[in-house]
Amino acid sequence: MGENRNRPAASYETVIGLETHIALKTETKAFCSCAVTFGAEPNTHCCPVCLGMPGALPVLNEKAVEYAAKAGLLLHCRVSLVSHMDRKQYFYPDLPKGYQISQDDEPLCTDGWLEIPAAGGGKKRVRIERIHLEEDAGKLIHTAEGTLIDCNRCGVPLIEIVTKPDFRSAEEVVAYLQELREIIRFAGLSDCRMNEGSLRCDVNLSLRPRGSEELGERAELKNLNSFQFAAKAIAFEEERQAAVLASGGTLFPETRGFCEETGETYAMRRKESQDDYRFLPEPDLPPVVLTQDQIDRWRSELPEPPAERRARYESEYGLSHETAALLTVSRAAADRFEEAAARTPWARQLANLLAADPERLEAGIPVAAQSLAELAALLGEGSVGAAAARRILDEMWAHGGDPREIAARLGLLKLSDRASLLPFAEQAVAANGRAAADFRAGKTAALQALLGDVMRRSHGRADPAAARALLLELLGG
Amino acid sequence: MAELPSALALGQSLRNHTCSARELTESFLAEIDRREPELHAFLTVSREEALAAADDADRRLAAGEPLSPLDGVPFAVKDNLCTKNVRTTCASRALEHFVPPYDATAVSRLRAAGCVMLGKTNLDEFAMGCDTGSSAFGPTRHPLDPARVPGGSSGGSAAAVASWEAPLALGSDTGGSVRQPAALCGVVGLRPTYGRISRSGLTGFAPSFDQVGLLARTPADCAALLALTAGFDPLDATSARRPAESFADQLEAGVRGLRIALLQEGLDEAGPAVRRSTERAAACLESLGARVEPLSLPFLREMLPAYHILTAAEASSNLARFDGVRYGLRAPGAGWRESIRESRSAGFGMEVKRRILLGTFVLEKEQRDACFSRAQRLRRRTAADLREALGRFDLVLLPTAPETAWRWEEERDPLALYRSDLFTVPAAIAGLPAVSVPFGEENGLPIGVQFMGRAWEEALLLRAARTLLQEV
Repeated sequence: MGENRNRPAASYETVIGLETHIALKTETKAFCSCAVTFGAEPNTHCCPVCLGMPGALPVLNEKAVEYAAKAGLLLHCRVSLVSHMDRKQYFYPDLPKGYQISQDDEPLCTDGWLEIPAAGGGKKRVRIERIHLEEDAGKLIHTAEGTLIDCNRCGVPLIEIVTKPDFRSAEEVVAYLQELREIIRFAGLSDCRMNEGSLRCDVNLSLRPRGSEELGERAELKNLNSFQFAAKAIAFEEERQAAVLASGGTLFPETRGFCEETGETYAMRRKESQDDYRFLPEPDLPPVVLTQDQIDRWRSELPEPPAERRARYESEYGLSHETAALLTVSRAAADRFEEAAARTPWARQLANLLAADPERLEAGIPVAAQSLAELAALLGEGSVGAAAARRILDEMWAHGGDPREIAARLGLLKLSDRASLLPFAEQAVAANGRAAADFRAGKTAALQALLGDVMRRSHGRADPAAARALLLELLGG
Repeated sequence: MAELPSALALGQSLRNHTCSARELTESFLAEIDRREPELHAFLTVSREEALAAADDADRRLAAGEPLSPLDGVPFAVKDNLCTKNVRTTCASRALEHFVPPYDATAVSRLRAAGCVMLGKTNLDEFAMGCDTGSSAFGPTRHPLDPARVPGGSSGGSAAAVASWEAPLALGSDTGGSVRQPAALCGVVGLRPTYGRISRSGLTGFAPSFDQVGLLARTPADCAALLALTAGFDPLDATSARRPAESFADQLEAGVRGLRIALLQEGLDEAGPAVRRSTERAAACLESLGARVEPLSLPFLREMLPAYHILTAAEASSNLARFDGVRYGLRAPGAGWRESIRESRSAGFGMEVKRRILLGTFVLEKEQRDACFSRAQRLRRRTAADLREALGRFDLVLLPTAPETAWRWEEERDPLALYRSDLFTVPAAIAGLPAVSVPFGEENGLPIGVQFMGRAWEEALLLRAARTLLQEV
């Protein structure tokens, strides 16, 4: 993706639009009460409705509508008070009914935007054309004996987010996908895992001579299973199309796959003038009718976007940008952190403590806010050290409990009273005769060795200030 | 016919212990055995299940704890309504061996009321037809003359009730499939308001038109059957949230003071005998105190092409699931595409293929506006016109079918057959309730007249039907 202006692509402008499919994290499927799962035993979460059995009828999951509308609100879309479902018809073995329930001419959400960092600094606004609700198809599993079908995914609710052709580079596409993934995930609407297929993106790419306003013939790139692969596919396709155009060839609309091994795109099928899915208004489902109150309520339930939270954490709690980013990995984690931070003056200490083990934050923090606040106080007031605080947090994470009680039970509280510290200090002076002598001779730096020995002997529990004072007393006589 | 007891009377004699449910069921099974070789109204007789259900009913009746007025009374089910563990074929090779693991809601509600299912009745393949001649398993014969058609598509259900193989039957009515065979066979056939009875488990052909329909000997039996099957169902998003009703409270209230429209086009387009019966029905209602006035609905003829385009479009979509991949007939092929093509070629009969092709065609981009979208607009407009007319009248009276049962030997082209839906399509287009009631005959063959009413006013329809039947 280097910006080498000598490539054929340099004389053309890249124009990209994205179609992104996101699987919604509802408990049940879009049109029946089967559980939405990932990685379950094949065909254990399906019923007559999602298998397309005779006479089985779809009933719309209201949660799916809510999640789709919330995604629309996050992307600044207009949410329609009335939309309807349509049947998109084609035959495929993984499509049980012979049609996909989707939305054609009256989608749930229209006319939104999402801002991404612009190439030269500042922000660039990517326009969202529409977001519609639809159902997923099953999964084909190819084996040596034949092809098997897993219908667990049939009927899982999806949103398809269609942008205007506003991208000019792979970097912009990746920035958009990262931003999109973060806000959708943060709102708890989807896991957005590309490797599990809960975020899938098709890239529509065409080239045009720089300065032209017309769109060229586009290729639709599929099977892009990571952001990196999307970027690679775009880079390859830019060069391929540019080479065709530069050599006087013509491009035609087609669907192309991406080979992860070679990093190249390959022709899958040529698009006929336009594919005809013979859309039919879904007669089994009444129109989707929302009230303004409903939409307003959903808007009020949306979380503060993660980017805004990060900025606030930095200014309010004095967190580093990195720590703020780690805490905003999920809404659950950020919310719990904020709850705890509101109860303690030691919010920054708590943040750093939580951020020390970032992997586990995504699923949320299974420790009560009050306990977190008390732990922060132990650390902030110096009753426990940083390592001890991490052990206490681990313990609470796994088994719950009161931080002070855990500290006492595991012997993690600092020793600062004279009676406890005296044996360690005396042993240190006795065992380090040379250092003691040096100190008395005026080499103040020798105290450090003695202090280190006290810490070792107390297994780190000695309060350094108290131990230091005691050593000075012993040595000073 | 008049001497035959009604289903409600059978229920009463069961509660009086005049006979047992087992005896009753056995007598209907015996009648089925006697008549079936000629009639072929049934595709499957579920003898063992029926007797077991009858024994259950007898235990309740002996304990004095019947589940409903029809506890222990047998019924038959059109074979496009799914029945748990009982083969459901839709009269198609595609589903010849299909055994659903679930009951249609209408069926499960009747079972919950203690009714005894006798078996599954013949129909036009996937309910597409009007003579039960497109069944993949052979036609049903008219109970009064095997050389004639019973009507369709619920021809098996109508013939079974007319021949007293079953006292009650479930059917389905997309554009007249319950009312037209009811008229031809001489029984009462009700198409309820769209959304009144759940469609869950009904193998739909055109979901925005399909409605589970009822066939019985009397309007009172129809009312009882409707009370047991109607009501909101969480499994059908188009079923209506309406409170339970009895439908029978006003049955004897007569027609005095009702404003009834006599549809002019209904008279013009009907054969002479059907026309005479309809006029006689009008006169009869007038003599009983109804105000009968002529009504002209010139758009009636436009409804037919709109109906056929829209139902074909929905059928082409609804039948796409029969690809042989998960269940049903699967033909071998090199690759999935060929297997699906071969399965559908082998599974569907001519009439079904004709409608799938028509439906596929009218939805394609090139024709969509001229065909499908135009038909949609026509449907909306004519339905609004019809509802407007029903604002001025309580009921519309019209024939059910233009003529009486015709002979199998009269070869009819599809367009002539489609025309026999002329009087039954309007209610279907507008989602309104309509009932066909036997009134008069021609050369011994029954004639049906039809009442069409406002949404949710089945009770009024049945009341008018009841009043008219008393005058026969």
